[in-house]
Amino acid sequence: MTDIRRSDYCIVACAEAFRGDGEIMASPMGLIPAIGARLARATFEPDLLLTDGVSSIIANSPAAGSAGADNVVEGWMPYRQVFDMLWTGRRHVMMGATQIDRYGNQNISCLGDWQQPKVQLLGARGAPGNTINHQTSYWVARHSDRVFVEAVDMVSGIGYDRAAQLTPEQRRFHEIRRVITDLGVFDFETADNRMRIRSLHPGVHVDDVVENTGFDLVIPDDIPLTRPPDDAELKLIREQLDPDGLACREVPDPE
Amino acid sequence: MADKRISHEAFTGELRDGMTIGIGGWGSRRKPMSLVRAIVRSGVKDLTVVSYGGPDVGILCATGQARKVVYGFVSLDSIPLEPHFRKARQGGTIEAVEYDEGMFQWGLYAAASRVPFLPMRAGLGSDVLTINPHLKTVDSPYDDGETLVAMPAIHLDLAIIHMNRGDAAGNGQFLGPDPYFDDLFCMAAERRVMSVEKIIPTENLLDDGTFHTLKINRMMTDAVVEAPNGAHFTECTPDYGRDEAFQKQYAASAKSDEAWDEFYETYLDTSSEAEYQERIRS
Repeated sequence: MTDIRRSDYCIVACAEAFRGDGEIMASPMGLIPAIGARLARATFEPDLLLTDGVSSIIANSPAAGSAGADNVVEGWMPYRQVFDMLWTGRRHVMMGATQIDRYGNQNISCLGDWQQPKVQLLGARGAPGNTINHQTSYWVARHSDRVFVEAVDMVSGIGYDRAAQLTPEQRRFHEIRRVITDLGVFDFETADNRMRIRSLHPGVHVDDVVENTGFDLVIPDDIPLTRPPDDAELKLIREQLDPDGLACREVPDPE
Repeated sequence: MADKRISHEAFTGELRDGMTIGIGGWGSRRKPMSLVRAIVRSGVKDLTVVSYGGPDVGILCATGQARKVVYGFVSLDSIPLEPHFRKARQGGTIEAVEYDEGMFQWGLYAAASRVPFLPMRAGLGSDVLTINPHLKTVDSPYDDGETLVAMPAIHLDLAIIHMNRGDAAGNGQFLGPDPYFDDLFCMAAERRVMSVEKIIPTENLLDDGTFHTLKINRMMTDAVVEAPNGAHFTECTPDYGRDEAFQKQYAASAKSDEAWDEFYETYLDTSSEAEYQERIRS
């Protein structure tokens, strides 16, 4: 078996986020989430629906970011259909986060005061609607205290404290399942839904995470290691899903 | 059937200060850029621009013609952040109304359906409600006990869209992968102007695509402008891809006032769309 890279742990962690989702649309934003979702579909979550990143639902799992010549198209998913589907709840999105806080509030809108921001980012995009309608996870390629902050400047995607302020009817579809970074995997499976270390990638010390997080994480006594890919998964990643090794350019191995 | 063909110059003549203009397409994809350039030439100001935003928004911010922008996002796709929009927001030179992109669709749909609002879950708990104090919630009149966002109608004075093919009567065809929300923009607007890559006879509309691609029918349009390469520099699949080199040049022009002046003088300070097309070829 070839050496397992840090990026492989990230891919597997992204794949694991979709475990149990069944026949819904996985909407991974970014390369490593896309490889992860394809890995999940190619192995333990075969009923997932995935697009080519444009408007085709593809039945096979070619390399993430490939030109699409080998795509087997099984359906059409233009933006309006994406909205229609997300309102039904049959979707799990994995978005990026410029800022995220301990309750999973996410900001992709702007830094500073929204009225006249220091840095204008994308805008809220679909984050408010995604997070209130279906399960959501986040991928952060560089875990830092600039991303993991005490309070986000604007709540684009809503976290658990915001959801708690809503009525049970309003929040019933809200679930922030995982936050996956280059250092580890995080979830909100705590009594008060504060962010918890779920696992650390091998080679990462808990202090590395603490130093790079701008709030107090829930740190269990025993922190598991993120599971490695098995031989079959590693073969899929190397030969089919990421033959050019793009993932380890996004998350290089630690020096 | 009426002949709805008009020129870019005639379109310019319709424009008025203070209009609310909805712009079709998505990000840097199939944007009615020749009509945006005509808006630039017209010099109209105090515009409210409603868009799944790309360089259409950025250009009208850079020229100072947009007073207000209604958006869910603004992006150049291959360049994630729209630098001119960014500059306008950070400089406080525009008024902003930011919605979730599904709320935005619902706002257009409410206007198209001639209802004051549509209820939805999106927005609840997020700061989209905080930054938009005009947004209200509505209690379900039924027994479910739900309280939802009442997304208000987004009424447009004018909608502009760009399609791959169309006929003189105002039927329009998309040949790319996504129709975006162009039909909704048209249905939410008082006046609807469609540019097309090529005007073809009605009997040829099925030459390049099935009838499913005839997303825009003539009830949705008032005028048609023939604009070959009209979406430049945004993508207009399958007719052409995005002009990435040109987009980079456009993005770089946000670096300074001088850089913008140079871009403006080179490409936008033209007497006609034909002149623009000549300049980008030379």
